[in-house]
Amino acid sequence: MLSVEQTEEIRRVIGAHARLSVDAATLTDETDLFGAGMTSHASVNVMLALEAAFDVEFPDRMLRRSVFESIQAIAAAIEELQSVDAPI
Amino acid sequence: MTPQSERIEPATNAGERDDRRLDVGGATSAQAAFRDELLARGLFIESGVPGLYGHGATFEDIRLRFDALVTAAVAPDQPESMCFAPLIPRRQLESSGYLHSFPHLAGSVFAFEGSESDAIELQERAARHEDWSGFQRVTDVALVPAACYPVYPAIAARGPLPSHGLVIDTGSAWVFRHEPSQDPARLQMFRMREIVRIGSPGEVVEWRDRWSERGLALLRGLGLAAERDTAADPFFGRGGRMLAANQRQQELKLELLVPLGGIEATAVASFNYHREHFAEHYGLVFADGSTVHTACLGFGEERVVLALLFTHGCEPASWPAEIRDQLWSL
Repeated sequence: MLSVEQTEEIRRVIGAHARLSVDAATLTDETDLFGAGMTSHASVNVMLALEAAFDVEFPDRMLRRSVFESIQAIAAAIEELQSVDAPI
Repeated sequence: MTPQSERIEPATNAGERDDRRLDVGGATSAQAAFRDELLARGLFIESGVPGLYGHGATFEDIRLRFDALVTAAVAPDQPESMCFAPLIPRRQLESSGYLHSFPHLAGSVFAFEGSESDAIELQERAARHEDWSGFQRVTDVALVPAACYPVYPAIAARGPLPSHGLVIDTGSAWVFRHEPSQDPARLQMFRMREIVRIGSPGEVVEWRDRWSERGLALLRGLGLAAERDTAADPFFGRGGRMLAANQRQQELKLELLVPLGGIEATAVASFNYHREHFAEHYGLVFADGSTVHTACLGFGEERVVLALLFTHGCEPASWPAEIRDQLWSL
C-alpha cells in the first residue's frame, strides 16, 4: 500500500495536470478520471508528471488508459514499480 | 487524418557522405530498387531531398484517374466540396492538439524579419549554406498536416448543423509531414483525398465502417492485395505510445494496407473516428443540442499510385485490361 502522503501526491499531480471538470479534492480513490473530464492528452501529462514526482518510469505495458483511470489504479501501478522485483 | 502509421527503423552505420543519406529514414532494398526505377522511368522527378519528388505525366495521369474513381464512389453520399490552400492559421495548429500529438511532424512557415544589414547577413550565410534561421520569425500560417483541419472551423462558423449532419469532400489536398525518408511511399508533401462526416455518433460510426468496406472493395477491384486492420497514428514519444494504445483499444483508426516493398504492408488509406474531439473543440452543434461526432477518411493518392505501379508494373499500358478499364473508362 502507498502511504497517505503518496496518495495525496497522486491527487496533487491529478489536480495540476488532469484538467478535470471537478476539484481534485472531491475525488474518491475509485472515481473514473476519464469520466471526470480527463482527456487522452491530459492523461499523458499526468503520466509524465507522476514519473517525475515518484522517480519511476512506466514501462510500455503500463502505458494504457486503464492504468491511469483512477487514483486507486495509479497507486497500484506505482506500488508495483517501487517494489524491487517489478518486471520490466 | 492520415494513412501514415507504419515505420521502418533507419539504416545505421553510414559510411561515405552519399551513403549517409540512408540515415534519413531507412529503406529496404526492395523500396530502394523501386525508388530507383520510378526515377529512371520519369515517374518520380528527383529533388535532392528525401521524400520530395516531382511526378511525371504518367504518374499524374494515374493519380487523377484514381481521384476520379473516388469521386464516383463518394457521389451517393452527396458531399459538399470545400477546397483549401495547404496552409492553416498557426493559431489553429496551436490550439488543435496537433503539437501535443505530433510535434515531430508539424511544419510552420517562418519568414524574414529584420533590417537591411540583417538581410545582407542572412543572404551571405544562406549562400554558404550555413544556419540563417536566426533571421526568421514565425508567421501566422503553418503547413496543413491533414486535409480535414480547415473543414471543422468553417462548418462550425455556419451555426447549427442540418439534422442529418454533413459530408464534406476536400478534394485532393496537399498536406505536409516532416518525415524525410528514402522509402518512396513516405513523402514529405503529398495529396490526400479526404472525405469528412459530421453527424450523430451512430451516423458517423456507420459511415466510417461502411466506407472502410467500400474502400477495401475499391482497392481490391484494382488488383491490389489490400487488407484492413486497426491502426494507430505515429504519436510522439512515450506519451504517444499511450495515445496509440488508447487509439487501438478503442478501434478509432482503421487502415487499408498494401504490400509496397516494406517489411510490413504500407497504409494507403485510413478511416478515422474522432468521437467528440473536433466537435467539442470547434463547437459543432445540432440545433437540438444532441451530441455531434466526426470521422474522416483519407486516401494517400501517391501511395495508391505507387501500390498500382508496384503491383502491376511501371508500364500502365501493359496492366491487365480489367484494371485499365476501371481507371481509363470514366
